[in-house]
Amino acid sequence: MPKVKMKRQSTNIDMTAMCDVAFLLLTFFMLATKFKKQEPVMVSTPSSISQIAIPDTSIMLITVDAKDRVFFSIDRKNVSQRGGAEARKGLIQDMNEYKKLGLTNDEVVAFQNGASVGIPLANLKQYLGADGATQAQLDKQSPGIPVDTSADNPNNELAQWIRVARNNNPYLRICIKGDVDTKYPAIDKIIATLGSMKIFRFNLITNLEQVPAGSPAYENAQKKS
Amino acid sequence: MAELDTSSSGHHKKGPGVKKAKKLSTRIDLTPMVDLGFLLITFFMYTTTLAKPKTMEINMPYKDEKMTEEQKSKVKESTALTILLSKDHRLYTYEGIGSDPTKPPELKPVSIAKNTTALRNVILAKKQAIEGLKQSGALNPTDNIVILIKPDSNSTYKDMVDVFDEMTITDTKVYAKVDITEQDREFIKLTEAANAGQ
Repeated sequence: MPKVKMKRQSTNIDMTAMCDVAFLLLTFFMLATKFKKQEPVMVSTPSSISQIAIPDTSIMLITVDAKDRVFFSIDRKNVSQRGGAEARKGLIQDMNEYKKLGLTNDEVVAFQNGASVGIPLANLKQYLGADGATQAQLDKQSPGIPVDTSADNPNNELAQWIRVARNNNPYLRICIKGDVDTKYPAIDKIIATLGSMKIFRFNLITNLEQVPAGSPAYENAQKKS
Repeated sequence: MAELDTSSSGHHKKGPGVKKAKKLSTRIDLTPMVDLGFLLITFFMYTTTLAKPKTMEINMPYKDEKMTEEQKSKVKESTALTILLSKDHRLYTYEGIGSDPTKPPELKPVSIAKNTTALRNVILAKKQAIEGLKQSGALNPTDNIVILIKPDSNSTYKDMVDVFDEMTITDTKVYAKVDITEQDREFIKLTEAANAGQ
């Protein structure tokens, strides 16, 4: 039996400092990250068991929505072959020269900061010169970029975009983001266009789904682990 | 945590005759709230990186108009399984390449509207049949199943991706997407007419 009773001491730690740090971190991340430019069209991709993640840089993204409209974009982070200039800027300047679009500097900057484009070249200047709300309106009504089954077809604007983008950066990885309801002929035209430019390797963007139990792929995964 | 202290500080004298009410301490310990906060942050950090979309790598066969017949790869009739993609998420599978119009193959309808299990069973059954042929010596050990995928113009992108995914799931190494022929369309029409008549 203890003769002397131990004095009970308070174990309250003042957590004010912890709270301060938490809010500081939160504020830092809120201010440091920028919002991505709104994509003109929402696409729900089909699912597959593939676990390869999309690379962050050097991607050429061809989006096809449920109405079979084609949109085109390259990411901003990849470096153009021309003296490291910003990739989207290089792309739009080359397209401007090649197709004589007559774009002003403001329109070039608008393209640089934008997301996917789904406008035929004839209307591109008007689209880039418009403000955000008008652009959203034009995106809804636009028929997308014209595609055909061969890159040699002069109406195949997608082929021209792809060619100019690859001139600037031959290492661009081509990713096709299709919707679950996209009809097969639209995708076939894109694959045929790529084939006629001798591009046979590309990626399809999908959601992750579980490997079904009991299938050969499942057993392979079990063997590896 | 910084403790909320709502008990009054500073005492003032109460008037005579007033009973002093006992003030209970209202200190709230906010440590669990900070814990929850960090837990939530960490949870959302992990789930948003996991939810990143994935890609499926595709290698199309090399195609050149000037390729001669010898250069194009040959497919053995007995190892081939053809899958035709039609409308409403319906597939038709048949054995062989279907190059003989006088002997239309028997088309087996398979629906992948809900899930791809039925298609998986067809492919695995064909693989087992080929294993049987290898054991009996009719095929070389190096001959494996070859799947030809022929999407029709009324099929959707989802059907094509689901079929490609089944290739990975069933561990089929040799497969190709080829253009559907008029013959195949005829086969589909005949089968649909026969099924409608039943």
